[in-house]
Amino acid sequence: MSATVAREFGDPNRVGGSRKLPPTWVVSGRGEGGPAPKRIVTGYGFWIFLLSDIVMFSAFFATYAVLVRATAGGPDGKQLFDLRNVAVETGCLLASSFACGMASIAVHQRNLPRFLLAMAVTALFGAAFLGLEINEFAGLVARGAGPTRSAFLSAFFTLVGCHGLHVTAGLLWLLTMMAQFVAKGFRADIIRRFACFSLFWHALDIIWVALFTVVYLLGAGT
Amino acid sequence: MLGKLTWGAIPFDQPIPMVASAVVALGICGVLATITIKGWLPYLWREWITSVDHKRIGVMYTLLALVMLLRGFSDAIMMRSQQALAYQSPGYLPPEHYDQIFSAHGTLMIFFVAMPFVIGLMNFVLPLQLGARDVAFPTLNSVGFWLTATGALLVNISLVVGEFARTGWLPYPPLSEITYSPGVGVDYYLWSLEISGVGTLVSGVNLVTTILKIRAPGMSYLRMPMFCWTALASNLLIVAAFPILTATLSMLLLDRYLGFHFFTDDGGGNVMMFMNLIWAWGHPEVYILILPAFGIYSEVVSTFSGKPLFGYRSMVLATMAICILAFTVWLHHFFTMGAGADVNAIFGIMSMIIAVPTGVKIFNWLFTMYGGRVRFATPMLWSIGFMVTFVIGGMTGVLLAVPPADFLLHNSLFLVAHFHNVIIGGVLFGAFAGYTYWFPKAFGFRLHEGLGQAAFWFWITGFYVAFMPLYVLGFLGMTRRMQHYDIPAWHPWTLIAAGGAGLILIGIGFQVAQLVYSIRHRAELRDETGDPWDGRSLEWATPSPPPAFNFAFLPNVQGEDAYWGIKQRAREQLRMSELPDYQPIEMPRNSPTGFICAFFATLMGFALIWHIWWLVALGMVGAFATFVVFAWRDEDEYIIPAEEVARIDGANRALRLAELTHAEQPA
Repeated sequence: MSATVAREFGDPNRVGGSRKLPPTWVVSGRGEGGPAPKRIVTGYGFWIFLLSDIVMFSAFFATYAVLVRATAGGPDGKQLFDLRNVAVETGCLLASSFACGMASIAVHQRNLPRFLLAMAVTALFGAAFLGLEINEFAGLVARGAGPTRSAFLSAFFTLVGCHGLHVTAGLLWLLTMMAQFVAKGFRADIIRRFACFSLFWHALDIIWVALFTVVYLLGAGT
Repeated sequence: MLGKLTWGAIPFDQPIPMVASAVVALGICGVLATITIKGWLPYLWREWITSVDHKRIGVMYTLLALVMLLRGFSDAIMMRSQQALAYQSPGYLPPEHYDQIFSAHGTLMIFFVAMPFVIGLMNFVLPLQLGARDVAFPTLNSVGFWLTATGALLVNISLVVGEFARTGWLPYPPLSEITYSPGVGVDYYLWSLEISGVGTLVSGVNLVTTILKIRAPGMSYLRMPMFCWTALASNLLIVAAFPILTATLSMLLLDRYLGFHFFTDDGGGNVMMFMNLIWAWGHPEVYILILPAFGIYSEVVSTFSGKPLFGYRSMVLATMAICILAFTVWLHHFFTMGAGADVNAIFGIMSMIIAVPTGVKIFNWLFTMYGGRVRFATPMLWSIGFMVTFVIGGMTGVLLAVPPADFLLHNSLFLVAHFHNVIIGGVLFGAFAGYTYWFPKAFGFRLHEGLGQAAFWFWITGFYVAFMPLYVLGFLGMTRRMQHYDIPAWHPWTLIAAGGAGLILIGIGFQVAQLVYSIRHRAELRDETGDPWDGRSLEWATPSPPPAFNFAFLPNVQGEDAYWGIKQRAREQLRMSELPDYQPIEMPRNSPTGFICAFFATLMGFALIWHIWWLVALGMVGAFATFVVFAWRDEDEYIIPAEEVARIDGANRALRLAELTHAEQPA
């Protein structure tokens, strides 16, 4: 069976390739190659979930774009946004993602102390980001610019807050992951789960890049 | 302590909901008592509630849909009889109750009948057709089902404790805002759909991954049965559309609970944004429902005509075209909002274009039947009934897609007739066809043919008698959701429509009788071979009911209509394929995670509706604890030894061989 698969399909990575391959060579999970291994299935499924999450964010983005001028006589982005604070937030999030990448390498190397260190750094930067965001929100509410002030602020708090909730959930997940690696070691299913976590953490960065641009840069500039 | 919840929440003064809920409560107590007395609880817990087997979960989804169909239909009977009686009189349902009934009817029928029905059939059939042993994420699958059940439970709790929304099945603001709907009705609606929406999304992610990543060797995309293709399109739509529903309902919740201004009249809120967002989900939703039904018709028509599906590739193209176009027509639900002639024209044209791939499908089914040996069994009757009925519904749909016509017909009973025409004649008939078609696969015995045909004839005549008058009433200017009226010209038509609902009731009666009769006479109706209809796809290669692992060895697919090819080769050579080298099989262990998640989700949903904040916190902690405990498990799989696999498969092969040699005997 594997021989026929290889003969019919060839190397998918080779342009125009149908070179004869060794009979043991099977492209599983695609075309006619039979079911994919668990690592692929888990990662693939999680990607699909992330895409759906991004669709949800896009609904909040669209809402924000519709309501951005609906300030109901209240303050607009130009009066409210502090780009320096946002720059520090962005730095924290990017540093956290870098540390998460280091944790991935540590998992590859099966190096537990290095993994835990990298995850702790990831968590610290993530928590710092959250702290800054909560501080920003509290400041806005104290100035009378809370989410109930205007439709613009409702949309702002919901969009940015939804990202913040994702970071919070990610932190809970991160701590659970650390505990799992300590308790169970580098088991295949836990490594798969970590791959999903790392996808999630990086996807939050992608969302943040859009947030940073659409909400803060465009908002403070106009 | 209990938030807004007091004894006043229970409508002691209203006889209809009290009697109805008393009957339901008695029914539930009766069922629970029987289960406990007979000692079935451990069996149910072990084999069904905690099961992560896609076949069991599919059956449970379908069962949920059938039970909710009865509930939703009783609402329908009440509405039709109210409108029949309410000519120059208040009828028997007061407005605030009537409004809850039409809202609950729509919500139940779409979210807790049509959705679980098609998801249940997809869950049951897909891995079998793909030649797979299970879905991609079995435990998540169970979580998805139980969250859907939670949503259904919350809607039904609203019958007794508090009230349901009075806003229609889509809670348009500003009516649904806290200013105009201060009660808990809208909150029941919102939380039950938020929770079941998560369940649907989980199921969508799971099935997309299953179709794209877990197929038998040789099962390339263009060898997949049509049902797999339409299920793929439907689940892609779930993944792309349901997050929009979640976001939109969350915004309405924030408005209601925390005083935000998304859709309010004041503070810069934008009411029309709700219509756009909800229909950006809502229009794909109708294709989420109809596409799997199209797949079922394709399987049924091809099997019962004894021919491969005509125009397979054009069918695939049409399906994927619908999948994409589904996102480009949402504005036709509110042409009257005043977006302007250009915008309306674009969306009108897009809506007419989407009828083209649907027409392609109709012709493909007709050409599949052409020249075939058509067997008019019950699933085929539903399919032919669908083809006739759906074409009428499609044409009234194209009529509504013309903006000037829509301005006259918007929110009239013509619209109500149109969408019942396509949802009953399309989705529900398809679900019934699939239910009859795959029932023997699921349980090992057929449904009684005569009772099924009687049910079909009552359903279809009932449908025409109930809904054709609604088209007329729409032209006569009757708007939807009227609790009473005093126009003499309308009255005869509402009477006829009520008669039609009565005919459908008889049809449902025959379906219940069919189920009861078939279970009692299951020995005569037994499906010995696993292939009762002379089927063409891989699910018929397994015994009925299939073993937990579906396939003892993964089939090697060599063309379209995978099982037909295997069967033909066996018939020509008068022997089975060679005895395979059986290997031990790894299967996922049962898990109560789904049930426990749903338990906490129910607590949380109820607490959020009634503002019982400590219970909300408790529910959240419980949900997180469940997550951690599930993540901490060490063994999530068990091994079925090769000898056991060989024993089970040996029995299947013996039966098939007997059939083969039997068929060879000269007549």
